[in-house]
Amino acid sequence: MAEEGWEPKIVAFCCNWCSYGGADTAGMGRFQQPASTRVIKVMCSGRIDPLHVFNAFLEGADAVLVTGCHIGDCHYVNGNEKTEVRYEFLEEMLQQLGLEPDRLHLNWISASEGERFANFITDVTAKVKELGPSPLKPAGVK
Amino acid sequence: MTEQEAITNEESEEVRIGAFICECGVNIAGAVDCNAVADYISTLPNVVTSVVNKYTCSDAGQAEIKNAIKDLNLNRVLVASCTPKTHEPIFRACVEEAGLNQYLFEFVNIREHCSWIHMWEKEDATKKAKELVRMGVARAALLEPLQSSEVPVTDAALVIGAGVTGMQAAMDIADMGHKVYLVEQGPSIGGKMAQLDKTFPTNDCSICILGPKMVEVARNENIEIMSYSEIDEVDGYVGNFKVKVKHKPRYLNIDECTGCGLCTEKCPVEVPYVEFDEGIGTRKAIYTPFPQAVPLRALVDKSICIDCGACIKACERGAIDMDQQETFSELDVGVIVVSAGFDVYDPEPNHDFGFGLYDNVITTMEFERLINASGPTMGKVVRPSDVKPPKRIGFVQCVGSRDKNSNIYCSSFCCMASLKNAQLLKEKYPDTEVYIMYMDMRTPFRMYEEFYNRARDMGIRFIRGRPAEVTENEDHNIIARIEDTLTNEIVNLELDLMVLSVGAVSPESTETVRQILKVSRAADGFMMEAHPKLKPVDTTLDGIFIGGMTQGPKDIPYSISQGSACAARATRFLAQGKALTEGITAKVDEDICVACGVCVPMCPFQALSIEDDKLKILTALCKGCGTCMAACPTGALEQSHFKNEQLLAQVKNVFAYGEV
Repeated sequence: MAEEGWEPKIVAFCCNWCSYGGADTAGMGRFQQPASTRVIKVMCSGRIDPLHVFNAFLEGADAVLVTGCHIGDCHYVNGNEKTEVRYEFLEEMLQQLGLEPDRLHLNWISASEGERFANFITDVTAKVKELGPSPLKPAGVK
Repeated sequence: MTEQEAITNEESEEVRIGAFICECGVNIAGAVDCNAVADYISTLPNVVTSVVNKYTCSDAGQAEIKNAIKDLNLNRVLVASCTPKTHEPIFRACVEEAGLNQYLFEFVNIREHCSWIHMWEKEDATKKAKELVRMGVARAALLEPLQSSEVPVTDAALVIGAGVTGMQAAMDIADMGHKVYLVEQGPSIGGKMAQLDKTFPTNDCSICILGPKMVEVARNENIEIMSYSEIDEVDGYVGNFKVKVKHKPRYLNIDECTGCGLCTEKCPVEVPYVEFDEGIGTRKAIYTPFPQAVPLRALVDKSICIDCGACIKACERGAIDMDQQETFSELDVGVIVVSAGFDVYDPEPNHDFGFGLYDNVITTMEFERLINASGPTMGKVVRPSDVKPPKRIGFVQCVGSRDKNSNIYCSSFCCMASLKNAQLLKEKYPDTEVYIMYMDMRTPFRMYEEFYNRARDMGIRFIRGRPAEVTENEDHNIIARIEDTLTNEIVNLELDLMVLSVGAVSPESTETVRQILKVSRAADGFMMEAHPKLKPVDTTLDGIFIGGMTQGPKDIPYSISQGSACAARATRFLAQGKALTEGITAKVDEDICVACGVCVPMCPFQALSIEDDKLKILTALCKGCGTCMAACPTGALEQSHFKNEQLLAQVKNVFAYGEV
């Protein structure tokens, strides 16, 4: 159902301490990746409200990535553990809404894992390309 | 693009954004058409000016920002350039100098997150950069001024690990007039350097140059050594860390013990394992770690002690206390230096090059103790199988380094260590045949290449290739089968002793410290610095610094330099006596909050409580993670600088209806 000229658009929520740094390290290492993703920084993955994720889908995101520090590495003790709980809830909700599971991902990426970040973006982009535009995407949105 | 109206703030002051797009030479301009980005951004609501700089961070770039703030009456500044990790403080300071609150500055990363990762897709990269800046503009319009608070700094430092790096850091901080707690997990300070025989490239005796330094550390009035102690908990933030230190029981009173050794003499229990000698030799159940130990105090190995009481009778000072328990200290410090050292790679589990299978394959550290005059053989090099002097000795380089099966990094010191050990052998036993089996000999820095040439001149044989197969014959000699890639020959080298030049790995105990402190971990397992070039000893956490092997493999001079660097960086806070903390915290709208308390258990720092049917936020404890507001069912909680409306404005502006 891919529309003409459609390219996936992915919103990635990254935490200040780990995954945002991972995206930086991907840049420093020149790990090339599709230009599909827009990073939004929060201080901790625990700040990522289901509201933000739903909003991203409603505005037109073809996929949303929730990322943070590896478990045990959270700068705020255990914010990412709370993210994990909220993510499970989100996953279920989105499936009920009829969204394919590949449109929402949770990944722990440390500030040193640039290659991991780039591979993640590459993989998700490829998967979403196969799925086509999100069914929740409003008409006319790019 | 959007139907969005220009935003005005509460005082009805018009929001005026200045956008500065950095080319960063060709780093950004090579992939992103910065002029096209600037042109596009100038069409967005609230944008008063949109310009391209060659280098926005340069003096000229910063001057342009300041002038624009004054001339155009800007009340928001956006810079689209590199990563906030390195440059946000620079631009925040810049706008503050021009009279703008630093939180009215918005940073957009179009280098690491765009031009560098889409190097050959100019069109896509430009489009993405426009969108990233558009998101930034939307957020900038909604930014609010915040005050960062000044906190007092406790005038004391904690140094974790008392190897040569930690000792240097401790002494430098102490000499600048500040109190230092030097915590060492082992029973003595000195670290790995104390175990080495000689040091390259001068071949001077390691303990002879380290010993006086150890004594100096102990004598320094500002340094409090806590040996045989570990970090248990760390809480707080720059300037105000609370540290819980665990003191392991030595089973004697350290203030009464004089290190005379009478107890050791009388102890009837002997165990064939000396930690300091890499397991070679025997020691008693009560022992001092090594002759030059600081503090020179005994300790009891309870796992083998038979409680016979011989030591208690022998000790004239009544120092021994077999009922001693572990104790804890609480320290208040302003800064922390981590210099927790390294372990050598362990070739045992994989039996690399026959290690653990054949007696006459040993590691560099074992060799260091064998050739050391105060080592278990009094410096006589013998091989383990028959305690005879070996006549043919080979060193295998890159064991546990530059190897996809173990660690891919270069451990950097091992080439020089083997060159040094090979030279020592040739000096001591000129008739010995000495071989070095290598991939590349790496000898940067002053006098190192000369040191390599000297080894060649001494008749040490270099074989470019590492053993593909290692076997043992009936005489327990080692047969190493090697392809010499310089001569294209297969060599079957018969050796009496083979030494594995093992690399460095980050110890498990350091990993524990890392997790307690929440310092980032690099891909190689060592702790990660804030920036690989500009901030080599800082971490992303204010007030915590890393040096020496904790940050990655390096040799002694480099470790000492980093120890001093940590001291200098850390002492800045102690000398100023104050530090600035971020103004990003949780805030509650009392009109909306129903005091349901859902947020209270979310806070890892106990900053929230319900009192008199009202939510109370202890701002001093809040670290601004935002976990509580993600849980708030009413939307009463907000995180300053990451408010819902600010984040949602970014989300909205990822997308567009028209052409970009």
